[in-house]
Amino acid sequence: MNLLATLRIALKALRVNLLRSTLTMLGIIIGVAAVITMIAVGGGAQARIQEQIKSLGSNSMILIPGSTTASGVRLGAGANQNLTEDDAAAIANEVPEVQVAAPSSRSSGQLIAGGSNWATQIYGVTPDYLEARDWPLATGRVFEPAELAGSAKVVLIGQTVATQLFGDMDPMGQSIRVRNVPFTVIGVLSSKGQSMMGTDQDDVVMVPLSTARNRLFGNTQGKLRRVGTIQVKVREGASMDDAEEKIRALMRQRQRTQPGQADAFTLRNLTEMLAAQEESSRVMTLLLAAVASVSLLVGGIGIMNIMLVSVTERTREIGLRMAVGARGSDILTQFLVEAITLSSIGGLIGIVLGVGGSWTIGAFAGWATRLSPQSIVLAVGFSAAIGIFFGFYPARKASRLLPIEALRYE
Amino acid sequence: MAQLIETRELVKEYLMGSNRVFALRGVSVTIAEGEFVAIMGASGSGKSTFMNLLGCLDSPTSGDYLLAGENVSALSGDQLAAIRNRRIGFVFQQFNLLPRTSAQDNVELPLLYSTVPAAERRARAVARLTEVGLEARLDHHPAQLSGGQQQRVAIARALVNDPALILADEPTGALDSRTSIEIMALLQKLNRQGMTIVVVTHEPDIAEFASRILHFRDGRVLSDQPNAPRDAEAQLVQLAQLAAPEPEAAA
Repeated sequence: MNLLATLRIALKALRVNLLRSTLTMLGIIIGVAAVITMIAVGGGAQARIQEQIKSLGSNSMILIPGSTTASGVRLGAGANQNLTEDDAAAIANEVPEVQVAAPSSRSSGQLIAGGSNWATQIYGVTPDYLEARDWPLATGRVFEPAELAGSAKVVLIGQTVATQLFGDMDPMGQSIRVRNVPFTVIGVLSSKGQSMMGTDQDDVVMVPLSTARNRLFGNTQGKLRRVGTIQVKVREGASMDDAEEKIRALMRQRQRTQPGQADAFTLRNLTEMLAAQEESSRVMTLLLAAVASVSLLVGGIGIMNIMLVSVTERTREIGLRMAVGARGSDILTQFLVEAITLSSIGGLIGIVLGVGGSWTIGAFAGWATRLSPQSIVLAVGFSAAIGIFFGFYPARKASRLLPIEALRYE
Repeated sequence: MAQLIETRELVKEYLMGSNRVFALRGVSVTIAEGEFVAIMGASGSGKSTFMNLLGCLDSPTSGDYLLAGENVSALSGDQLAAIRNRRIGFVFQQFNLLPRTSAQDNVELPLLYSTVPAAERRARAVARLTEVGLEARLDHHPAQLSGGQQQRVAIARALVNDPALILADEPTGALDSRTSIEIMALLQKLNRQGMTIVVVTHEPDIAEFASRILHFRDGRVLSDQPNAPRDAEAQLVQLAQLAAPEPEAAA
């Protein structure tokens, strides 16, 4: 007996008891839809964390000075200003994985514009810094080479600063006094929102690195061209670990660190921290999917239940089929195909509902959802497997009936 | 004529709890090709058990059963299924048609379990239904057919695999007397064409249409006699002359 004929018989048998078949399928439908939706919601959460990683600047690392010991008193990380602009240039030039290495210095200070004033973070940077942090401008332009070389008094301001100092006014071309030095606003940074730690990343102004060194933070740093941090962005596709290792080796060499001696700098891989968060959301997704799978299991038991009823009801039919030449294996196949058909149709409807459900949650609850093709493949495979697993016992029971007893069954 | 069926000392016993119950106590019968045999006996006489053994629906406890020279008493379940499929056509008292399934699909059923291609299945089913006079009812479901018509569908189904033997178990048990005679007329016609037919019945009137009558009692053959068969066709004509023509009996 060929499979097509068997399938036709199965579809017919299911159509005869349409309501019962539909209710049985409902278990699988709900299970599959739940699994797909849950994985989509979980996937959305993961995607949102990946967005955050991007806001940090994707593939970014930060190099900060190490601790130092002064007269036996160990100072914290960053106390020792031992990174220079030349270090940044060396990293950018000598480590092939590195896309940009942007030196920056940071301090805080008071801003005054017209009648209002505001305390904020002041960064001395080069345009590389914005690239390293994937931080485009909302309006205006970045520093020109001449401005960088000539310690020009130009400033880029963050969204928060723009609002605090200028309100609804256009800040472009306005004058701001930074630590009492007059600057001209040449651009406004796009909004970056809160950092992972909750600080406002938009509460900032940026001036050329040379300007910060020579006009604002002015001290001995100047001559040595020392900087606070070096922001590193690794090329897309390159290994973060390789880059980290090479930068470490390069810096140890440049700082003449002896083998066995501790690094005089700290290299922090920011992406790693978020990766940990991503991992936890992945675990959450798995958990949701596991809970949803329970309903799939319950649906499978429903199929087994209804197949057992069906075998009992159709005992005489089974007897007749055997009398006219069906072998046990033909009967087994017939009932198994019926169960698989039931669960597969349920699975397909579940996929449609699951995709629709994810879309609805995304559209109305405002949650990020992301459908994953794997979850759909998984759901289809799982529902077919349920058909086989839960259909086997009733089918085997049918195939082991004795023809005379089955024919005589009332 | 060649022997189609030969049984040697067939014994069948069942276990009822701890009691052994003999349904057959050694039955040796031969049936030649082209015979029309009626098996009679009270319930419990072993006639149904004998029928099940002849139909390869069951295996004997001991003894041999040769069907067309092949000993089938020790075959496996799958082998017996193949024999039933190719050699034997069944007709049951309760018709045993698949509900909500057209007459044609019902007749095709045995062919589904052999290797006949779909087009030929259809052609053979239509041919058999035409033979039993139901060419106008191909698409009718059993519920839309009278009892006599349902039994004709069942006979067409029994014929569709060109079997060597038709086994009819109380084929008229669920039919009125006129329709019963019609069914027997059909079986007689098939017998005239050379088909071997074995009918189990407890009605002497029905057994009268056979050319040989076996009586069973207590698991043994009590008597085995040739019979001058009554002609069912002639009886139908008689009936039609006696009574005003009436429509074919309803189910």
